[in-house]
Amino acid sequence: MKRLMYLAPLAVFLVIAGYFAVGLKLNPRDLPSVLIDQKVESFALKPIKGYDRGFSSEDLKGQVSLVNFWGSWCVACLAEHPMLMKIAEQKLVPLYGIDWREKDPDAGPQWLKRRGDPYTLIGDDPESKAAIAFGVYGAPESFIVDQRGTIRYKHTGVIDEGNWASTLWPLIQELRKQ
Amino acid sequence: MKTLLTIILLTVSSFSALAVEPSEILSDPALEARAREVSKGLRCVVCQNQSIDESNADLARDMRVLVRERISAGDSNAQVVEYMVSRYGDYVLLDPPFKASTYVLWLSPFLFIGLALAAAMGIYRRREASPVGGEKAQELSVEEQRRIQALLDEDGGGGS
Amino acid sequence: MIAETGHFALVLALMVALVQATVPMIGAHRGNALMMAMDKPSSYSQVLLVAFAFGCLTYSHVTSDFSVLNVVQNSHSKMPMLYKVSAVWGNHEGSLLLWVLILSLFGSAVALFGGNLPPTLRARVLGVQAMIAVGFYLFMLLTSNPFLRQFPIPLDGKEMNPLLQDPGLAFHPPFLYLGYVGFSMAFSFAIAALIEGRVDAAWARWVRPWTLAAWTFLTIGVALGSWWAYYELGWGGWWFWDPVENASFMPWLAGTALLHSAIVVEKRDTMKAWTIFLAILAFSLSLLGTFLVRSGVLTSVHAFATDPERGVFILMLLLIVIGGSLVLFAIRAPALKSTGVFKPISREGGLLLNNLVMSTGAAVVLLGTLYPLFLDAVGGGKVSVGPPFFNSVFIPLMLPMLFAMGFGPVLAWKRTDMVEAAKRLKLAFIATGLVLAAMLAIAFDGPFMGIVGITIATWVFMATAVELAERIKLFSAPRQALSRLLRQQRASWGMTLAHMGLAIAIAGMAGAGGWKVEKIQTMVPGQSVNLAGYDFKFMGARRAQGPNYTIVEGTFQVSEDGNPVVTLHPEKRNYPVRQMPTTEAAIHTLFMGDLYAVIGDPEGSEGGFVTRLYYNPLIAWMWFGAFVMVFGSVISISDRRYRVGAPKGHASGKQVGAKA
Repeated sequence: MKRLMYLAPLAVFLVIAGYFAVGLKLNPRDLPSVLIDQKVESFALKPIKGYDRGFSSEDLKGQVSLVNFWGSWCVACLAEHPMLMKIAEQKLVPLYGIDWREKDPDAGPQWLKRRGDPYTLIGDDPESKAAIAFGVYGAPESFIVDQRGTIRYKHTGVIDEGNWASTLWPLIQELRKQ
Repeated sequence: MKTLLTIILLTVSSFSALAVEPSEILSDPALEARAREVSKGLRCVVCQNQSIDESNADLARDMRVLVRERISAGDSNAQVVEYMVSRYGDYVLLDPPFKASTYVLWLSPFLFIGLALAAAMGIYRRREASPVGGEKAQELSVEEQRRIQALLDEDGGGGS
Repeated sequence: MIAETGHFALVLALMVALVQATVPMIGAHRGNALMMAMDKPSSYSQVLLVAFAFGCLTYSHVTSDFSVLNVVQNSHSKMPMLYKVSAVWGNHEGSLLLWVLILSLFGSAVALFGGNLPPTLRARVLGVQAMIAVGFYLFMLLTSNPFLRQFPIPLDGKEMNPLLQDPGLAFHPPFLYLGYVGFSMAFSFAIAALIEGRVDAAWARWVRPWTLAAWTFLTIGVALGSWWAYYELGWGGWWFWDPVENASFMPWLAGTALLHSAIVVEKRDTMKAWTIFLAILAFSLSLLGTFLVRSGVLTSVHAFATDPERGVFILMLLLIVIGGSLVLFAIRAPALKSTGVFKPISREGGLLLNNLVMSTGAAVVLLGTLYPLFLDAVGGGKVSVGPPFFNSVFIPLMLPMLFAMGFGPVLAWKRTDMVEAAKRLKLAFIATGLVLAAMLAIAFDGPFMGIVGITIATWVFMATAVELAERIKLFSAPRQALSRLLRQQRASWGMTLAHMGLAIAIAGMAGAGGWKVEKIQTMVPGQSVNLAGYDFKFMGARRAQGPNYTIVEGTFQVSEDGNPVVTLHPEKRNYPVRQMPTTEAAIHTLFMGDLYAVIGDPEGSEGGFVTRLYYNPLIAWMWFGAFVMVFGSVISISDRRYRVGAPKGHASGKQVGAKA
């Protein structure tokens, strides 16, 4: 019994070390969304400057779609852009953009004009209304929304050939079958 | 390596001004006070352990504005918090709720105190029963008391 | 060449440390004096080699040698000299170099001043020190080499994070590390004692000055960190229960417990295994503190380098150092025999209570800091554990201990009568009651925690003062009181001052936490805002140029009832290289509180600016209290009894309890 007491600190330490070992593999920024399998909160975003139509939750009904949060200030979105263009050119899935938190209303449209516009519709979200409704942390983040307007998947970070082929595209195809 | 890349590529919107701005403040001081209270309990989700009330991140600012809009629209404090939790999960609460996933967190302090008390009691009981202890806790003899007092005087109470 | 020479010196230091970690240990085991004597020269060569390496890195930074990667990533040619120097340790690799430099300094200090130590103990202590050093050298050389070259050579550097370009934070890491690494001394003594199987009063006396020194440095480090947060983050906050802060607070709690339990070992020859455990714990938490920040296991508001790849190495190091020492503890500690016996109501009982509460506190902070990680690791989802949790658990835990702290020094060893002790503190009870009554009379509905805090601070201060007054017989024989006061031993002065310092600091925390006043608004030049009875008149702002930043400097004239008090000049700086703004709050400290002004962005067309004005009551007491604690601790270290070590007769461990 007395011996056991002297072993206790070692046991506690080993438990903590075990958690550390698991913790090292975890990404502290990897925050799963609580919104999976929840209906998209209804929203109606104004168009960005120079565009006629905005983007609202109604537009998501009846088809599987991809909603992408981006901004001209977002460096990583530059890296993601070519892949989005490819998805748009091949008309793989309706791609909706939410231009998040532009300080200058011209910045978003100019960014698209210079690099090409992959989006079916774009909504302006200067005050993070839609971003908070989707539980967004940073940009780029993308959501797969099914025919009934339910969020089925959240992708954090850049969409590239790899994760598109391995995760996003198969999921979209599977959802279409339902 | 891949996760590292994600971290680098996932840009968090840039910093701008400091925490609460005059333009955000509600004209009704009672509502503003409630908004401050709610904001202090909500985590700035792109920061580490800062509340949205303290953070200067853009998203924190927008969350503060949203809190104020909802409070102005007649939501109770609990409803505002509930909305944020429905979007970001318990992660958004700086004060973790008492539920299955946090029982260990909230109950452990009591366990620690219990262990400490048990350890103290164990020490005292063992001491009294201890055969190794050269001296037993008993009434001090007059001689002992005199000596201790002398030591106390000389030692200035033993010091720290 | 300079960088390569530094790198080479580090490799040599590793070789020397390998020798020091083995030869004296074997010598101590075999009783070979020659092998044991290796400890001194190798300690000295280690410190010379590491100091040389550190000098090389410093030279590269000071001369802005952008062929060195570490300089490129953390420095800029336009940075002021102070920050070019502090950039040496303001990054992962450099801070590790500072860590080993301090480690080797402590080691050579033992070699130099450890003349009164038994040769086997000294050889083993220095051997353990070298083992720690080996781990760190390997970590640096294999994963975090500060001497890597960069090619092609860039025109200029990326600059150190502007938030770190600050005098308070320039010296925060060195003090923190002096504290962390200082506990390695207590650790090495504890391991050596476990190997020797002997813990006695002499051991406790040798350990105490090192522990006190580490505790002193750590206190300074923690205080500097919170002071920096207070004036740099721009809204008057000073403690956030952030993982990085917790990382420095946990060793402080364990170290405080260790200081007190070592007294019991020294005076009463008991609580030995516990004291050894605390020594291991304090250093383990220091290691955790060093690495928690760096491994990426927990990221925090402090934007230091985090890299999960290094995490594996760190974990191995923790497993070997902490795990190894706890195995040794489990095997050897049960054999440590205590002789002292005591009742709960006694000096030992009080010190034990302090120990239990301090360790419970450290456990709570550790749990709260790591809980999000634990939950995530078992797939329980993401939670945040923020200040509300820590405040609601930690403060109620500390309050009973603070109450008991007033009694501690008036209790006699072995056993005392509680009523008798309470009678001796009659004056303190009365004073505390008066303060509480006064606070409630002024504002019955005042902030609850503020009132509780001030009350308990008054109690601790007054009880400590009454105990001192009694000890020098201020009331019973006032004529000799002064000479008695001067004849007090330094260690007991240390206790009195440290306890009073803590009381003052708690008053500061309670005041700032309870009665802070804040006003946020847009002000145009000429406009006045009244805050806590002070009129802040905004006189306008001007632009200026700093060495590596641009400045917007506001001017506030503060007056009270029309009488000018002070002119405040808060700044908002913008660092173009990193595109980062910082705020420099203007603070004027008055006895009862700080006037605190921050200037923000311009607003409107009439030259208006966003301004934040604060009145932080008593807040400076917090750092003054910390200063008093440090002062007391330094006086205690200088106690002659520790410098000469324990008298020879005590070394046997017998009779110590009775003689004390």
